Amino acid sequence: MLRNLKIYVPLAFFGVFLLLPFLWMLLTTFKSNQELLNTPNPFWIFHGTFSHVTDLLTQTAFPQWFANTLFVSVASTVLSVFVSYIAAYAIIRLRFPGSEVVSTIIFLAYIVPPAILFIPLATIIIQLHWFDKLWALVPIYATFLVPFCTWLLIGFLKNIPRELEEAARVDGASNVAILWRIIFPIAIPGLISAAIFSFTLSWNEYLYALVFMSSSGNKTVSVGMTSELIRGDVFQWGQLMAGALIGVLPAILVYFFFVEYYVAGLSGSVKE
Amino acid sequence: MTSRSPLLARLDSPRVLGYLLITPAAIILLGLLAYPLLLGIWLSLTNATIGKPGEFVGLQNYATIFADPIFRGAALFSIFYTVCAEFGKLILGLALALLLNQQFRGYRASRALMLLPWVAPTVLSALAWLWLLDPQFSAISWLLIRLHLIHSNIDFLGSGWGARFSLIVVNIWRGLPYFAIGYLAGLQSISKDLYEAAAIDGADGWQAFRRITWPLLLPITTILVAFSSIFTLTDFQLIWTITHGGPTDATQVFTTLAYQRAISGGQLGEGAAIAVSPIVFMVVLAVFVVRSVREK
Repeated sequence: MLRNLKIYVPLAFFGVFLLLPFLWMLLTTFKSNQELLNTPNPFWIFHGTFSHVTDLLTQTAFPQWFANTLFVSVASTVLSVFVSYIAAYAIIRLRFPGSEVVSTIIFLAYIVPPAILFIPLATIIIQLHWFDKLWALVPIYATFLVPFCTWLLIGFLKNIPRELEEAARVDGASNVAILWRIIFPIAIPGLISAAIFSFTLSWNEYLYALVFMSSSGNKTVSVGMTSELIRGDVFQWGQLMAGALIGVLPAILVYFFFVEYYVAGLSGSVKE
Repeated sequence: MTSRSPLLARLDSPRVLGYLLITPAAIILLGLLAYPLLLGIWLSLTNATIGKPGEFVGLQNYATIFADPIFRGAALFSIFYTVCAEFGKLILGLALALLLNQQFRGYRASRALMLLPWVAPTVLSALAWLWLLDPQFSAISWLLIRLHLIHSNIDFLGSGWGARFSLIVVNIWRGLPYFAIGYLAGLQSISKDLYEAAAIDGADGWQAFRRITWPLLLPITTILVAFSSIFTLTDFQLIWTITHGGPTDATQVFTTLAYQRAISGGQLGEGAAIAVSPIVFMVVLAVFVVRSVREK
């Protein structure tokens, strides 16, 4: 009994602290404007309403921003996981001259923060005429996804026993055949890990999308909400929290579906 | 399979195929990461503005920003923000990991839920925090008044120090799960025999923590702190969403100031100098990370 208290009481404190903003999104989304400004108890909904959600979906460009974010996240994930898988295979299995150096450089690339790159990237984007083009975010997001995924997949491929491919090689299989037919099926859990992390990181991205997209039709959820739903000092909190709630959902759904991969991937990235 | 053409056979050799397979990654990383990194350093040595390439001006931008009290304030707050937030994440992350490392009902659900701040898009949860810290309608103030801890609403973001500490708390909120998961993995790799031996020798819980747990967690701590510091030192999303660097530049950091000068103000050269300046710290942290990762 005492032991239980010692666990559940501190756990409840952590729970309140860590989940409060999400509870707040949920409560605010379904409260009327009147109730948001004047309520006997902010932690309860007295007069529920769906009007914030319907207004957001019908009177703002939110559905477009949502579709944009989805497109960019899926496309950059597919591109990055593919590019990273073949790179990781080359580095760890083919051991070409210089593969050690390449693997260190890729790790270093992972710790270069976007905050240092966005200004020079802006000039490059303008020169390439990629400015305000939604698809331009796909290769740009790959710059932080590829180092991460390659690093994660190197760790994963290292642990696949070599006997399998050696047997295939004796049978005359080419390296390309081994890459696709032998290693690929075994690597699927690693690829899923890489994909869900990439999706989460892309869905979360803000700085590049803020700087490189300018017309409303090309914005992502985070950028559209902060630049178009907040005008001056007027905050439509009901609509903003409805948007935050809907914007958080895909990341949370993917997460809950693959929670074990997340934990393994996060722990692995520390251990490797 | 035996009758492959010589060309295909050559393409399939480890050397040729190896270089072929890393080419896409190399193009992306050289073109959109390495080149911009160098270009950024070059830009910081020019007087470029948006739409004008500019000319080489040596270290003039650095002289300008180091003489600028707003930049000095931003540099100081970036470091203060990082040190406080890392310290908070380390303590609370370790506490949560120790808590989760015990056997109890609801372990898996707790572990899954506590990662949510790390999974949810930062800007969107920062908006929820902004609303929670509202000067008039803050639910946190409401709760504290009900508990008779304060008398009137707190204007969390209205004063410089209030805004600074609020941002540090939100940063801890967001990064704590990453530390907890890292530490949990570390704790689970410590052999139970060590604790049994310590118990036989009469060590109490605190001694076991001091002599066994903490020393064995040190390598992981280095990785977690160094890694997380790199991204906290260059944080943008949280601060830009909640305070925009205000009130009156009190919460300005390297990245928000660089954004304002370069993108809003068009001064690419000066902005690049501000963005490049934390590289000094970053290199030190990167050395720590690479070393600890190598050692493992």
